[in-house]
Amino acid sequence: MTETGTADRTADETIAGAEGAAGDGAGRKRPARPVRLSARALPPVAGAAGAVLLCVSVALALTLGPADIRVADAWSVVVSRLGGAPSGLSALREGIVWDLRLPRTLLAAVCGAGLAVCGAVMQSLLRNPLADPFVLGVSSGASTGAVVVVVLGAGGGLVSVTGGAFLGAVCSFALVLLLSHTLGGSTDRVVLAGVAAMQLFSALTSFVVMTAADAETTRGVLFWLLGSLSGADWTDAGVCAAVLAGALLVCGGHARTLDAFAFGEDAAATLGVSVARTRLVLLTVTALLTAVLVSSAGAIGFVGLVLPHAVRALAGPGHARLLPLAALAGAVFLVWADTLARTVLDPQEVPVGVVTSLIGVPAFVLVLYRTRSGR
Amino acid sequence: MSGTSASSTGGAGTGLRADRVSRTAGGALVLDGVTLAPRPGTLTGLLGPNGSGKSTLLRLLAGVLAPDAGVVTLDGDPLGSVPRRALARRVAVVEQHADTQVDLTVADAVRLGRIPHRRAWSPATAADEEAVRSALARTGLSGLAHRTWRTLSGGERQRVQIARALAQEPRELLLDEPTNHLDIQHQLDLLALVSGLRLTCVVALHDLNLAAMHCDHLVVLREGRVVAAGPVRDVLTERLVADVYGVRATVTRPGPDGRPHVRFLGTARGEAAPAE
Repeated sequence: MTETGTADRTADETIAGAEGAAGDGAGRKRPARPVRLSARALPPVAGAAGAVLLCVSVALALTLGPADIRVADAWSVVVSRLGGAPSGLSALREGIVWDLRLPRTLLAAVCGAGLAVCGAVMQSLLRNPLADPFVLGVSSGASTGAVVVVVLGAGGGLVSVTGGAFLGAVCSFALVLLLSHTLGGSTDRVVLAGVAAMQLFSALTSFVVMTAADAETTRGVLFWLLGSLSGADWTDAGVCAAVLAGALLVCGGHARTLDAFAFGEDAAATLGVSVARTRLVLLTVTALLTAVLVSSAGAIGFVGLVLPHAVRALAGPGHARLLPLAALAGAVFLVWADTLARTVLDPQEVPVGVVTSLIGVPAFVLVLYRTRSGR
Repeated sequence: MSGTSASSTGGAGTGLRADRVSRTAGGALVLDGVTLAPRPGTLTGLLGPNGSGKSTLLRLLAGVLAPDAGVVTLDGDPLGSVPRRALARRVAVVEQHADTQVDLTVADAVRLGRIPHRRAWSPATAADEEAVRSALARTGLSGLAHRTWRTLSGGERQRVQIARALAQEPRELLLDEPTNHLDIQHQLDLLALVSGLRLTCVVALHDLNLAAMHCDHLVVLREGRVVAAGPVRDVLTERLVADVYGVRATVTRPGPDGRPHVRFLGTARGEAAPAE
């Protein structure tokens, strides 16, 4: 108690000194006391702890499933595939680790991280706590693209579904940008244009499925629409990871710019932010990242909506901390959600979007409740 | 129109000035050839009825809007040629009603003022921390640094906005009706704070007596034109109040400092509100 009292008095004296010096500028030298940015800020080790948690989660996820594989087995497979000593496991078990579980788990981590970062960026940029990576119509555009490929032909192999989904996502995003620009360009217009595009492309998807698909194709499409990592391979994981890395760099470089949007676009402009350019760059980057993720894993809902809110509550609203922590939290969350999705009804698989939504909807209601009582 | 550089008021090309700026909105002329050259280190009050163009003029001075005709200059350079970040290190803005959904603390909000001083990826420097601490101290907010935005009263919120503006370390400070929605004590406190800052301040105000008490100069707008400009005691007359606001008033000079005081008697036309 005494120590606290002394600290308070020192603070008061410093303030008095600052007030005295206010008139003639910063003339006097005062001992530099750090100003704490946020009372709720997690300690700096939170990032390291998150990274460790992610590694542990990935390692554990590799061991869970119908085939019994231990962490040590998985590790020896990774070592042997990277040029080390042979693992000593059968080719089948080695294949399960290297060709199935590892790319799938890594893709889950990358998707979770990417969706959470997209959500965090969009909620700030659009000043809308309910914005998520799909608000720009990207996921429904991707769905339409994929469905057109699956149902109307064009081969049907996984690569072309991915390609179709990506094209659909880009078309939808372009439409949203064009619409919002024509409608006036303000952030609420972007959100409204996104909602319009979402409706339009959902209708198109339903139309194509209803008119052209048989029951078997419909089931496949449905699984994809709800999000699934079951088709993951190393190409998916690699492409998604590369795009995620690029997007993280761009968004991280804009961390303080995103902070500036707290009091709106005019306030950001008077803080030296070039609003139109920032919005275009960040919306494009997040839309592209979302498009790539959705192309590989389908439309996995609620990660981008809910995770950023949870991390903000723990780490404070500063984006320099929020973005990396949201990425880690999203990665850990989706690794476990996907592990649940493929094990809970074994040998049947639940679309991972179903798992994230079952957890996400109650959390979403909580977010709504909090924004209600906040006003 | 904008090419000529004849200047009638304010003199030298230093500081922030608007030179015969015009701006239309929705086809209507909101500002019509307004010149404003605030004297360095003084508090200039911007008066005028609703819709007279005060906010638009402040937005032009802040570089948020560009004039359709005329030019706003900073030290002689047109704002269009001044980089945004450089401008934000010189000119700070306090909006009429700033609000956020973000769960910021007071210190977080004040820290936003350091954004134009910081580079991407770099951590806060000692200078950043010193500026934030000094801004909190000058606005009397040091004790509230860890309160969250949504728990603050209206007066506290405006003080936080001023602290954020001070953290930008500007030389010019623009305030758009900062006393709106504040009770009389907080109105007086806020303007005393602003006038004690020794920055070049331009503040849009509705309350004539508040302006008379705290401002050094007044500029009065009506329908986008300057109808009067100069020292407070010259500008604030019974005739002006009748002309601009359509309100009958007596203007006295009760105090030893000779600052005018306006006592309102009723609308000149016997109507509830003056025609806009």
